[in-house]
Amino acid sequence: MKWGVSIAVNFAGLTVAAAITSIAVSWVYCSTKAQIEYQVRREQANKIFELFPEYEHDNRVIDDTFIVESETPLLRTREAEEGYRVRKTGAVVGVILPATARDGYSGDIRTLVGIRLDGSISGVRVVSHHETLGLGDLVDLRRSDWVRGFDNRSLTDPPPIGWNVKKNGGVFDQFTGATITPRAVIHATRRALEYANLHKVSLFELESDAP
Amino acid sequence: MSNAPLTRLIFDSLWKNNPALVQLLGLCPLLAVSTSTVNALSLASATLFVLLVSNVSIFLIRNVIPDTIRLPITVMLISAAVSVTELLMQAHRYQLYKTLGIFLPLITVNGIILIQADAVARKNAPLAVLYHGLIIGVGFGAVLVLLGAIRELLGTGALFTDMHLLFGAGTETWRWQVLKVDHPLLVATLPPGAFLVTGCLIALKNQIDTNVERRSKLG
Repeated sequence: MKWGVSIAVNFAGLTVAAAITSIAVSWVYCSTKAQIEYQVRREQANKIFELFPEYEHDNRVIDDTFIVESETPLLRTREAEEGYRVRKTGAVVGVILPATARDGYSGDIRTLVGIRLDGSISGVRVVSHHETLGLGDLVDLRRSDWVRGFDNRSLTDPPPIGWNVKKNGGVFDQFTGATITPRAVIHATRRALEYANLHKVSLFELESDAP
Repeated sequence: MSNAPLTRLIFDSLWKNNPALVQLLGLCPLLAVSTSTVNALSLASATLFVLLVSNVSIFLIRNVIPDTIRLPITVMLISAAVSVTELLMQAHRYQLYKTLGIFLPLITVNGIILIQADAVARKNAPLAVLYHGLIIGVGFGAVLVLLGAIRELLGTGALFTDMHLLFGAGTETWRWQVLKVDHPLLVATLPPGAFLVTGCLIALKNQIDTNVERRSKLG
């Protein structure tokens, strides 16, 4: 009889504690939800703005999205991700594609590649990576300017053979002590360009706009 | 007289029985996050916050809950405090939240907090609970920040980089390039550096203790 009571008391105690802590966490969750969404969007918007500065577009790029399915060839996305269309007076002047490099030094390197209608790169940003601090993380703009080396490049500039690190006969710098990471980013960028070239009509909505 | 236990407590947690250097508790975040001063300081304050919240809430309910379920409830309270911290950080210090990554939720399993919470439940003075938590948290945090600063200095030659992530815009200027080096000691910011620097800190502390002891014997 005694232990029956103690089980009941413990059960009640745990239930009340679980309820109270859950309520507390849910309350904070609800009150921070909007702010967190704002932060996530702001970060995304910043990245977009860096890739396509305002004078190049006049739409709300962050809301002009299309879905890039998971396991998309060339882009190699692990999960479905969002791509963005950049417009000027309605016409698509550029796209931002999510591209994943799976051949980095440790884990996936996720990038956003901004590509203009003429096939040139407006910019590349590394969104997330797990590369070695101080070596591979130089692909991150916060650490070095290396990633700006892609600006205005295209599939023909440099020619395909040049899309590699200098050590392998390409035109892009490697880092001292780190070749794998930059090479992975270079190849991911080149594949994104190929993807944009292959799907140019649908990405830039060319058929509907064609006279 | 009433101050004697307090100074003793401070000495105990900051030096003699330091949670990080002597008890070697919470090593996982200590080693992983201490790559720079700002990371270390952020995790230290998050840990301190959780420590205080859990200490106080457990103290408040210590007489209501039966002993048998005190531990599960303690864990529940700690995880709730951590979740709240995580959400707040995500909302207001998004970049830091991303930098600290998994080590923010991992505060839940930091042994220091659980041990503290358990000890607090047997105490009776409300103020003691607060400052006990505060001092233990500072003892842990101090080592974390020291480690972060040393590793940042060795690894990049600078101190207080990116402080605006924690203190808001305008504090970027706190960055202090101490040494101009072309090839900083990169290993310091890599995982092995964490072990090496921690090891040196522990050795240094033990050496100081030994010296003090020897001197007091001579005297």
